[in-house]
Amino acid sequence: MADCGVLQVMEDVDADFPAFVTQHAGLVWTVLVRGCGLPWHDADDCAQETFIRAYEALRRYPVQRRRELQARPWLTTIALNIVRNTERSRKRRAEVPLPDDIITLASDDVGATLDSADLTDRLAGLAERYRVPIVLRHVHGMSYAEIAAALELPSGTVKAQVSRGLALLRENLRTEVSA
Amino acid sequence: MTALSGLRVEPPDGFVDRVLDRVGLVDEWVLLDGPIGPLCVAFSTRGVSLVRLGADAEEFEAAFRRRLGRPVRRAVSVPGGIERALRTGRAPRELSFDLSGLTDFAREVLTVTASIPPGEIRSYGWVAREIGRPGAVRAVGTALGHNPVPVLIPCHRVVRGDGRIGDYAFGPAAKRSLLQAEGLDPDEMERLADRGVRFVGSDTSRIFCCPTCRDARRIGLAHRREFASEAAARAAGYRPCARCRPAA
Repeated sequence: MADCGVLQVMEDVDADFPAFVTQHAGLVWTVLVRGCGLPWHDADDCAQETFIRAYEALRRYPVQRRRELQARPWLTTIALNIVRNTERSRKRRAEVPLPDDIITLASDDVGATLDSADLTDRLAGLAERYRVPIVLRHVHGMSYAEIAAALELPSGTVKAQVSRGLALLRENLRTEVSA
Repeated sequence: MTALSGLRVEPPDGFVDRVLDRVGLVDEWVLLDGPIGPLCVAFSTRGVSLVRLGADAEEFEAAFRRRLGRPVRRAVSVPGGIERALRTGRAPRELSFDLSGLTDFAREVLTVTASIPPGEIRSYGWVAREIGRPGAVRAVGTALGHNPVPVLIPCHRVVRGDGRIGDYAFGPAAKRSLLQAEGLDPDEMERLADRGVRFVGSDTSRIFCCPTCRDARRIGLAHRREFASEAAARAAGYRPCARCRPAA
């Protein structure tokens, strides 16, 4: 698989970083837009921030640590932390609690117009605890072990979330068809 | 749920560039006067990354992106070492090169090539032997053909084993002009090679050299001896010059 999870050995961070960003930008964007339901411009900010943090960390890490890094779970963790932190500071500013789970995609999102709008909406309607694992598993083909590492959850929990999330998606489908 | 794989989000155009810009990894480029006309030179804090003959900005930026896969923008200032290197034909020690996208082999080839002084030529075989891979003559030619930083790393100073000046990424005429600009007469070098001369020696020192070696050019006509091969020179009791280390 071309998009393998293991970081290509970064002997020279500055030299390899451009290819690293190119290779993994899609994953980070998908996690942010589909997984976290961020609107396009917020996703852009968070995705940039994710790679900037990744770069700073890679520069700091000894080469052995870079060799052992699993790029996809690692980047996913960074992205999710950034979203959590920005949401927290936004909440503090606004002093109104945001709904925990459901952040709906604005219908004018560029992403939404690019692909199957139905499925996008159905996925966006799921709670984030199902959405993120489903995106990682079924949009990006990550293994359960990788997802467990990314979300810092036991692998069993991740499997349960994925299958429960898929069941909910299918249920939505049936409801719509019968309606 | 295979349909889900269609929900992959592609980053917008320019996203990678914006990230690289923010972490300070964007190269800059500048148009300079080279020995035979304008040159575009790109560099970053890591060193010179791309050199192209000619003055076409659009073409250069496209070539940069094609080759290095990252953005480049116009420079505000030029590192001093680059202009000095163009003036003297020799890269000063503080001038570094960003050869990070290349194989170890290509890097070794270019490092050895960088040591050939202005106004002198060596053969592909010479480079191959210098890097300890005497059989890799063709691979040396390929590596030099893909030299990302021509002129500054003088791949134009490497010629064919039979003495012909040979090909160049920017055309054989440009190669000859570059050598002429350094005071070498390519026609004369080819005539010498056509007479079967590969090395010249001095019968006073009994040392043999590449014909363009600085020491070889000081040999008085009365003492100058010509050799068709390294073996012939050695058989005549000559030892190789320590400066140019003559080899096929």
